[in-house]
Amino acid sequence: MKTCLVVDDSSVIRKVARRVLEELDFEILEAEDGQQALDQCHLDMPEAILLDWNMPVMDGLEFLVQLRSSKNGDKPKVIFCTTENDISHIAQAVQAGADEYIMKPFDREILENKFQEVGLI
Amino acid sequence: MSISNQDFEYLRNFLKTSSGLVVNPEKEYLLKSRLEPLARSQGMDSIGELVSSMKKFSSSDLKVEVTDAMTTNESLFFRDKTPFEHLDNIMLPYLLDARKSRKRIKIWCAAASTGQEPYSIAMSLKEKSAMVAGWKFDILGTDISKSVLQKASVGHYTQFEVQRGLPIKLLLKYFKQEGENWVLNEDIRKMVTYKEGNLLENFTNIGRFDIVFCRNVLIYFDLDTKREVLNKIAMQMEKDAYLLLGAAETVMGVCDKFEAVKGSRGLYKLVK
Repeated sequence: MKTCLVVDDSSVIRKVARRVLEELDFEILEAEDGQQALDQCHLDMPEAILLDWNMPVMDGLEFLVQLRSSKNGDKPKVIFCTTENDISHIAQAVQAGADEYIMKPFDREILENKFQEVGLI
Repeated sequence: MSISNQDFEYLRNFLKTSSGLVVNPEKEYLLKSRLEPLARSQGMDSIGELVSSMKKFSSSDLKVEVTDAMTTNESLFFRDKTPFEHLDNIMLPYLLDARKSRKRIKIWCAAASTGQEPYSIAMSLKEKSAMVAGWKFDILGTDISKSVLQKASVGHYTQFEVQRGLPIKLLLKYFKQEGENWVLNEDIRKMVTYKEGNLLENFTNIGRFDIVFCRNVLIYFDLDTKREVLNKIAMQMEKDAYLLLGAAETVMGVCDKFEAVKGSRGLYKLVK
């Protein structure tokens, strides 16, 4: 079973994502901000990361930059999932190493589709 | 609003004749859910009133709108992935060799809907610019619905639409953001031409093609209509051309002009 780390400061979003991804056969880990996510990745690198942008302590972009420069940090597929829906944010995320990008609001089909896109399903 | 048996039969016959669409009695709900909003938008109180108005005029915009409302225009970018893998791995390698003297490949999307399929093909080809340098690709998109073709030719898509099947890197590369919409770049839009076309009618004037995409259309037709449409498509194909059908569609037991390409789901060639 593949592991997906869901990083979002909203417990509602984490819950929704968990429900969909568990149905797609992922084991779910959760983090409320970038720092918690980074600590989790240093303990055990997941196969996938669903990542919010705006979070306290450390935002999603900063997390991604640090992840990609850490040991084995190139391994997880990272899918941003954020309300930052303008093209400049998307370009910034892709440049920093995001594999895919979901613009909120999203539904089950979009989530599933993006995980297919990066080869996780 | 409810539908009388007479009105149901009238609509059922009309849709079968005008578009090939088969509406069984268990699909009556579909007539209601699609035609009630249309009736209301025309200031009518019932589907019965809509039917009366359709009967009054042998040819009318209302009939076009009824057909439009009933045809399914579900579409997404790079739908099902496999056909695009077939394009990259089977069709293009073959055709780039077989057509090397004329350096031109003609592709027909027979149910282009709102354009996602022909534009996915166009983006796929653009991504292979080095491999296909000097080649000309003609992509024709046809559909029975004028309104979807209008949307297709403009190339404006919502945030929801661009998130269905389109890889983010292609979104960045080939689209511009305009407010809440995403607008396809002109160089991709220009690769596709659109034309109204009913698969039940004669379409010999569109020429012959090397690749035909006709996906998720036949499922709405009865057996005779499927056969008729496949026979017509065969007439528009070069003798070594490819046909792509949807994942739930087949030529088996329908039309003997085609044979499956072994190991390639949904891909067919004309029988030699």
